[in-house]
Amino acid sequence: MKKLMMVVLVILVGLQSCNSKKEESNTKIETEVISELSVFNLPSEWTTQDNKHIEIKELKGNVLVMVMIYTSCKTACPRLVADMRQIEQLLPEKYKSDVCFLLISIDPKTDTPERLKAFAIKNKMMSKQWLFLQSTEENTREFAAVLGVNYKKIAPIDFSHSNIISVFNKKGELVFQQEGFTTSYDTIVSKIIGEVSKAN
Amino acid sequence: MYKGDKKAFFLLLFFLLFVSLNAQNTKMVLIKKGSFVPLYGDVNKKSVTIDAFKMDIYPVTNEEYLSFLKEKASYRRSVIKRIFADISYLEYWKNDLDYGENNGKAPVTNVSWFAAKKYCEYKGKRLPALDEWEYAAMADQKHRDARTKVAYNNDILGWYEKRNTFNRSVGQTCKNYWGLYDMHGLIWEWTFDFNSIFLSGESRKDRNTDVSLFCGGASVNATDLMNYAAFMRYAFRSSLKANYSSRNLGFRCACDVK
Repeated sequence: MKKLMMVVLVILVGLQSCNSKKEESNTKIETEVISELSVFNLPSEWTTQDNKHIEIKELKGNVLVMVMIYTSCKTACPRLVADMRQIEQLLPEKYKSDVCFLLISIDPKTDTPERLKAFAIKNKMMSKQWLFLQSTEENTREFAAVLGVNYKKIAPIDFSHSNIISVFNKKGELVFQQEGFTTSYDTIVSKIIGEVSKAN
Repeated sequence: MYKGDKKAFFLLLFFLLFVSLNAQNTKMVLIKKGSFVPLYGDVNKKSVTIDAFKMDIYPVTNEEYLSFLKEKASYRRSVIKRIFADISYLEYWKNDLDYGENNGKAPVTNVSWFAAKKYCEYKGKRLPALDEWEYAAMADQKHRDARTKVAYNNDILGWYEKRNTFNRSVGQTCKNYWGLYDMHGLIWEWTFDFNSIFLSGESRKDRNTDVSLFCGGASVNATDLMNYAAFMRYAFRSSLKANYSSRNLGFRCACDVK
C-alpha cells in the first residue's frame, strides 16, 4: 500500500500542474469518503494539454473554476476564455495556488491535446493553474449533464452551447454558476476566495 | 425413413434457429436508416440523417428495473449518490427492492439520466440519441413520418390530457411502423443527449438560440403547428438535469447495428 502511495505521489509531483501541490493530502484521497454531490464521483478519465491522463478527483483540495468550450469557436468561447482570464487576474495572488482553472472541450475529436496546448499558448494561459481537458464524447456529455451545460453540434466544427462558468468547492461540490455574459466579476471572485478560505 | 429423419433434423434446426433469433430480437426492432427535419431550431431547418439502429420495443418496466437493482446495489434508492439521482428517485417504490402496489409491467419512472444510462450499459445497450428517438417516434402505424397527419397529433395530444398513464402496462398502445410500442401514450423518455437543446443561457449567436420554441412565435410555423406534441417534449427535456427524476419520465434502450 505504501509503495502504491509513493507511486501516486511521484506521478502527481510529475504532473506539475495545479494539482501537484497536493502531495500531503493525497493519502487522504484514498480514505476520505467523497461527498454525494461531488463531481469526484464521476469515474471518467481526461487528457490534459500536456497529454497527461487524469481523473477529476485528483484535483481534490483545489477550488475548481470550470468552463466548457471548443477551440475552433469564433463567437462565444473567446468571450468565455476572456472571462476566465479576467477572473484569474482579479484573484489575489495568495489564493491562486489553491485554485484550478479548467477548460473542458466539447469537441474532443478536433481538440486534441496538441491543439489544446496551442490554444493555451495562444491565449497566454500557460501557468500551472490552467488545465485544458478532453475526453470521449460520452464522458463529455456526462460532464456537461452534471454542470447543466447544454451543447449541440450544429456543423462539423460548430457547436451551440450554454455559457456557464461553474465553481466547485474543495470537495468537488458545485457551489456557484455564472450564466451568460457579465461585466462584473465581483460575485464570482468573492465566491472563489470564500471557498479557498474554507478548510479542506 | 432416412429421408424422413433428415427432414425432421432440418425442421428441428430451423426451429431452434428461429427460437434463438426470436429470443434475441423479441425486445428490439431495427429502425432503418433515413433522414428527417427535427423540430428544434436549426436555423436552416436542415435534415438530419439517422443511421440504422435498434431500439427496445417497450419502455423498461418496474419488473425489469427491479432485476437490475438486484445486481447493481449502488443504484438502489437508499444508496445512490445525489449527484446521480435526486431525492425523488424511485420515490413511488415501497423500498429499495419492492415497487409495492405499482404495476410491475408498467414503465419504471422517477429514474435519473445516470440511472437510465447505467441500466442500458448493463444490458450492453445505450440510451437512444435525441434525434434517433424523435425519428422513431414520428411514425404512426403505417407511415415512417406521420407528423403532418391529424390523427397522429390528436392521439398524442389526447394522451397529454389523460392522467396517470404511467401506471399502465407497456405494449397496449398501438404498434408503430417500426414495431415499437408506447413511444407516445404512457410516459416521456430520457435520451442520451437530452441536454442538447436550449432554453436560455446560450448566446453563440442570438438567432441560434431555440427561442422560437418557447414563445408564441413557434406556432406560426406550419411544421411546428403540426407537431405541438413534439414541442412539448423538447420544452420538457430542456428543463431537465441529469439527476432529475419525474413520475412521467422513463426510458428505453437502443443499440448500434453490428
